[in-house]
Amino acid sequence: MEIKFEREQTTEEISFSGTVDELLKKLDINPETVLVLRAEEILTEDEILDNEDKIEILNVVSGG
Amino acid sequence: MDCGKCERKAVIQLQHGALCKMHFINYFEEKVFSTFKKYRLLKRDDKICVATSGGKDSLTVLYLTKRYLVKENLDPQQLFALVVDEGIENYRERTIEDLEKFCKEHDVELHKVSFLEELGATLDKAYPKINKDANKKPCNVCGVWRRYLLNREARKQGATKLVTGHNLDDEAQAIMMNIFKANTKIAGRLGPITGTREHGSFVQRVKPLYFCTEKEVRLYTILKGFKVHYSECPYSNEGYRFKIQDMLNEMENNYPGTKQGIIKSFLALLPKLKEEGESLEEPMQTCKECGEPANRDICNACKMKVIISA
Repeated sequence: MEIKFEREQTTEEISFSGTVDELLKKLDINPETVLVLRAEEILTEDEILDNEDKIEILNVVSGG
Repeated sequence: MDCGKCERKAVIQLQHGALCKMHFINYFEEKVFSTFKKYRLLKRDDKICVATSGGKDSLTVLYLTKRYLVKENLDPQQLFALVVDEGIENYRERTIEDLEKFCKEHDVELHKVSFLEELGATLDKAYPKINKDANKKPCNVCGVWRRYLLNREARKQGATKLVTGHNLDDEAQAIMMNIFKANTKIAGRLGPITGTREHGSFVQRVKPLYFCTEKEVRLYTILKGFKVHYSECPYSNEGYRFKIQDMLNEMENNYPGTKQGIIKSFLALLPKLKEEGESLEEPMQTCKECGEPANRDICNACKMKVIISA
């Protein structure tokens, strides 16, 4: 799976299949602070992700 | 997950249920419009200055304030945007660019002022001099100067209300900061309409996004297609507020509804806090240097200005 991190402006490849909620737990990200997108579609935390997915993690916390 | 109101796919799970794009946008806009109404944030003859930065909160509040004026048959030309360039390298330039495009697209007049032109130095250059003995972060200088210029410029342009993009998260953080630091005298200054003390030069501040969480605001900007580049103030993780923000997000994740609970409790106490603040706080004075509202004979903005010009 390819994950683009908006805040860090980085992209990472990881092996993962499961829900958005499980992915955020694995990445140690508080779901309260981000939105997760796949192909520009907003995903809720129960959405199932596939290892082939390309996702983007957007930060919701104000930066200043 | 499906929307609780229709068959479409949900974009967010809120405490009261999941919502699709259309139902979330309706819910969000209605919440902002009802805040305007319930707290009487604007009057018919108000000239409105919207404090902007180009970030998600200010673009959203600018867009929805204009929409509200149109909806209520008020004159949208009574509204203008104001941005303060603090002079933070590699940060503010980008958000101002986004803001300029947005204002052009939505036919809003934009006024710009900067720390450098109005106060004599950028924040980057000013704060090491001002804070040299106290070893403080730049946020205290930025806060004082920003509030000063927003009030002064809003009034100069004839504004009677200053609309800000403060959201529920900002407010919950400010409430907790006041509690942790025992700032009981100034606690009553918060709320959807700020201020406990009156002064002829003080433009009243109002917060239409008061009941909207940061997550809801960011989601709204995405769903509406507003171009907001995420940019982070290089000083943002240095302040006390950052620690509180982190703590509240942790609490919210483990105990959903925590932030709403803080706001609800605070609003229930606000009339008492305002009463207390009015009796404890000294009346506002006028700065002998610049004529702006001040706590003492010289305002904090002028005191800081003197330090950097020495």
